[in-house]
Amino acid sequence: MNDWVDIGVIGDIPRLGARAVRAAETKIAVFRTDDDRLFALEDKCPHRSGPLSQGIVHGCRVTCPLHNLVIDLQSGEAVAPDEGRVGRFDVRLVGDRIQLDLPGARGRHLELA
Amino acid sequence: MREKLVVVGNGMAGIRTVEELIERTPDLYDIVVFGSEPYGNYNRILLSPVLAGEKKIEDIILNDDAWYADNGIVLHKGKAIVRIDRRNRCVVTADGLVETYDRLLIATGSLPIMLPIPGRDLAGVMAFRDIGDVEGMLDAAAHYKTAVVIGGGLLGLEAANGLMKKGMQVTVVHLMDVLMERQLDAEAAGLLRKSLEDRGMRFVMGARTEALIGDGGRVAGVRLADGHTLPAELVVMAIGIKPNVELARRAGVHCDRGIVVDDTMLSYDGRIYAVGECAQHRGAVYGLVAPLFEQAKVCANHLARKAFASYKGSITSTKLKVTGVDLFSAGEFSGGPGDEDIVMKDAKAGVYRRLVLRDNRIVGAVLYGDAIDGAWYFKHMRSGTDVSDMRRQLIFGETNLGDSGHGGGDVVAKMAADAEVCGCNGVCKGAIVDAIAQKRLFTLDDVRSHTKASSSCGSCTGLVEQILASTLGSDYSIAPKEKPMCGCTDHAHDVVRKTIVQNQLHSIRAVMDFLEWKRPDGCHACRPALNYYLVCAWPGEYEDDYQSRFINERAHANIQKDGTYSVVPRMWGGLTTSSELRAIADVADRYAIPTVKVTGGQRIDLLGVPKDRLRDVWADLNAAGMISGAAYAKGLRTVKTCVGAEWCRFGTQDSTGLGVKLEKMCWGSWTPHKVKLAVSGCPRNCAEATIKDLGIICVESGYEIQIGGNGGVKVRATELLTKVATEEEALEITGAYMQLYREQARYLERTAHWIERVGLSYVKTRIVDDPDGRRALHERFLHSQKFAQFDPWAERVAEPGFDREFNSMKELA
Ligand code: SRM
Ligand SMILES: Cc1cc2nc3c(=O)[nH]c(=O)nc-3n(C[C@H](O)[C@H](O)[C@H](O)COP(=O)(O)OP(=O)(O)OC[C@H]3O[C@@H](n4cnc5c(N)ncnc54)[C@H](O)[C@@H]3O)c2cc1C
Ligand code: SF4
Ligand code: FES
Repeated sequence: MNDWVDIGVIGDIPRLGARAVRAAETKIAVFRTDDDRLFALEDKCPHRSGPLSQGIVHGCRVTCPLHNLVIDLQSGEAVAPDEGRVGRFDVRLVGDRIQLDLPGARGRHLELA
Repeated sequence: MREKLVVVGNGMAGIRTVEELIERTPDLYDIVVFGSEPYGNYNRILLSPVLAGEKKIEDIILNDDAWYADNGIVLHKGKAIVRIDRRNRCVVTADGLVETYDRLLIATGSLPIMLPIPGRDLAGVMAFRDIGDVEGMLDAAAHYKTAVVIGGGLLGLEAANGLMKKGMQVTVVHLMDVLMERQLDAEAAGLLRKSLEDRGMRFVMGARTEALIGDGGRVAGVRLADGHTLPAELVVMAIGIKPNVELARRAGVHCDRGIVVDDTMLSYDGRIYAVGECAQHRGAVYGLVAPLFEQAKVCANHLARKAFASYKGSITSTKLKVTGVDLFSAGEFSGGPGDEDIVMKDAKAGVYRRLVLRDNRIVGAVLYGDAIDGAWYFKHMRSGTDVSDMRRQLIFGETNLGDSGHGGGDVVAKMAADAEVCGCNGVCKGAIVDAIAQKRLFTLDDVRSHTKASSSCGSCTGLVEQILASTLGSDYSIAPKEKPMCGCTDHAHDVVRKTIVQNQLHSIRAVMDFLEWKRPDGCHACRPALNYYLVCAWPGEYEDDYQSRFINERAHANIQKDGTYSVVPRMWGGLTTSSELRAIADVADRYAIPTVKVTGGQRIDLLGVPKDRLRDVWADLNAAGMISGAAYAKGLRTVKTCVGAEWCRFGTQDSTGLGVKLEKMCWGSWTPHKVKLAVSGCPRNCAEATIKDLGIICVESGYEIQIGGNGGVKVRATELLTKVATEEEALEITGAYMQLYREQARYLERTAHWIERVGLSYVKTRIVDDPDGRRALHERFLHSQKFAQFDPWAERVAEPGFDREFNSMKELA
């Protein structure tokens, strides 16, 4: 059972860029690739918790801004030979609206930042 | 239908080409490989250590059966091709198997030359070329005592050394008076001979072998032309190799000594390529792996239909793989008329060095006893560096040049980042250091698999291990790269830059398309570099690509370990005022900024600002008249000054005032790496101008302009560029220098490294000796500054649409 939450429109995120979404304790990074695919990962590098939303996006990957670990956006796993994995979230595009699957978020009051 | 590529020869060049090809386009061809040896692909170079008992056969296998299977390659082991039928485009094996091809790659290597003398077919007479030969030698060593190696070249000596280590009594018979005469001069060869004799090897020099004497079908002795006979139960012939081209020749493919190929490794038959020792390019055939690997790259590129690369021939260097003997040789060493020699010899310590110079460039090098600087000389030789500036110290090697490190004896730490460590695979120190730091490698094997360094002949293993140790020991990272920009392309920085200008490429997309980038939108290494090259090439026209900038340059602040940012306003020439300080204090209070610190660059850092408060902080600093200090930028950072003539009792000129003028001229500029300036009011040098990218020392009669200093990872003192009488001249020279650096250095190459690469004389000719050129550079700098001198903080504050960089997208309660 998915809990889809609306977080904005696709134009809010630049191509080859990312934005962060804050959900209580967790920060989630939502990425947009050059061909407009969207991915969402926990905004916390498995190495030393660097904010992945601040990294450079290339292909279907992001490079952490702190020490250059490269993470695959689809799986949330570090690209070999690096190791580590971050939590991933489902994200989808409905029209031009971005929806994030946040279990338990339904019915909560949401506010634009 | 995919095209079919058939490869004849499962050796080093053929399979390297296939590896390079599938890295570029894994699915373009169905690939079928024929190899006459009954093994997968192995590292032929390492047969010597296998013979010497330092390695096992398993250790030298490069690709096992699984690799071929995983990559969908059909391998026919132990099947020699006996005929190429060009009309029907197929190859035929000895047992009648026929395989058709669309493209054919011939990589049949060489055949050892066997002396046509009586007795050569006796048992116990062999060459040194493949695993079969090594097994034969090991078997002989187990059963017999005496061996003769015919040929005192690289291969012969490695064979002799291996057999000696296996307990045989070995005599080397050599036709010449000098060992390895193609690589060594008489001096070095003499030292080498002595050291091998000390280990028990015997030599008969200037001797021609006349016949091999048999006893019951097995060889028993070697008879020389002077009548002497040497006992020998094993004879190894290592007198040379010849390209293995019979197959091609019989098929009518044009051959001279080797299969004649063009700059894309294509033979006269447009469907047939040749690489490796069997190929002849521009009249040359090679017998070492480094050129073959370069050929493999070019050939793969062409097979992958990425028509950009071309092969221009190689300069080769050699090391002898005899453990305990340190020997390096490259280029021409016999010297022609007009060539100059620089020689250093310490016979007692067993050290000998000889450099051959022509027109102030190194054309040959022979090092014996201490070959650590071989890579460094080789680098300068290949890049044709003008060595006039370092001539006096040249022979003592890199370690002894002005490029002083933090003292200590670690040679590796002092090697320049673009010094080549692994000659076989063309891997420079910078690439290894990067890989170690970024991929957190800890073992030699890791480094081998990620960089290929030390994975071929292994003679650089010691160096790689030292680099590992020194890199892991101190946390030292970024280094400029030579060679390809990154894994996304085969092109080097300089080529890319030139292409951008020559072909009028105006966007990152255009560059990547034109040069056929391997990954659609590059990576974190190439995109920022391309963005810079475009900014520099098209001032005012190119639209900066924010998504290709590192976060600091995107956010105009420095990211900190906890994801917050630091804010450093400019303080022109290190000057501030009470009202600026008050405004900074107010900002610190208003936004509860946890740390306020005076930086090493004479200004103040506000640390721990959350990203979504950055614009508020900036707005308040802007209101007090302050702008971004660009502490995050690959651009102008600080201009440090001392108090100078205005106050100091020793001051000769207004160093503070000049510093402010320099900063006003240079702020906002984008450069390949960061740039720091300083002005000191007298030679006491309180502003530390002699470790800056450009430093000015004021004296009574004017201004000494110093360049190429660095106070970072590797301390380097500046060198004097010139001395001028007026501030105006000092400003013009600084502008010209900034622009020359902007236009010529590679991305992430600081001025110190750039100047070490191109030479101080070069910078002098461009800036001091050529007044028109200097003015033109200065004007180009000022022109580009027109589009660069906008305070990014003020721009972002005024632009509410910039939310998307600075705020969270959404707060979910
Ligand atoms: C803040 C400051 C330290 C301080 O508290 O004093 C500092 C802080 C950093 N330095 Fe520095 N350097 C600071 C002065 C220096 C100096 C001294 C100077 O400028 O006179 C040096 C040696 C001089 C030189 O550059 O030649 C210096 C040599 C480096 C280096 C080594 C550069 C090299 O070529 O070897 C790095 C690494 C790099 O740039 O790749 C570096 C990198 C950094 C970074 C950017 C590390 C990073 O990538 O995050 C640090 C950012 C911290 C931050 O967020 O502010 N910092 N750094 C100084 C800021 C000066 C300023 O006002 O802008
Ligand atoms: C003992 C030794 C030590 C060396 N040390 C060094 C060193 O330190 N540094 C260095 O740079 N170089 C060194 N070399 C040289 C280096 O190994 C060669 O330059 C390199 O292997 C040549 O590669 P290649 O692919 O052209 O030929 P090879 O590696 O010889 O491959 C050719 C392959 O083609 C196969 N073949 C031939 N004809 C046919 C056919 N008709 N059908 C099917 N298959 C066929 C052969 O069996 C062979 O496997 C050394 C060589 C030897 C023998
Ligand atoms: S020396 Fe520079 S890079 Fe190192 S910790 Fe200090 S500020 Fe950071
Ligand atoms: S925190 Fe991401 S690489 Fe170190």
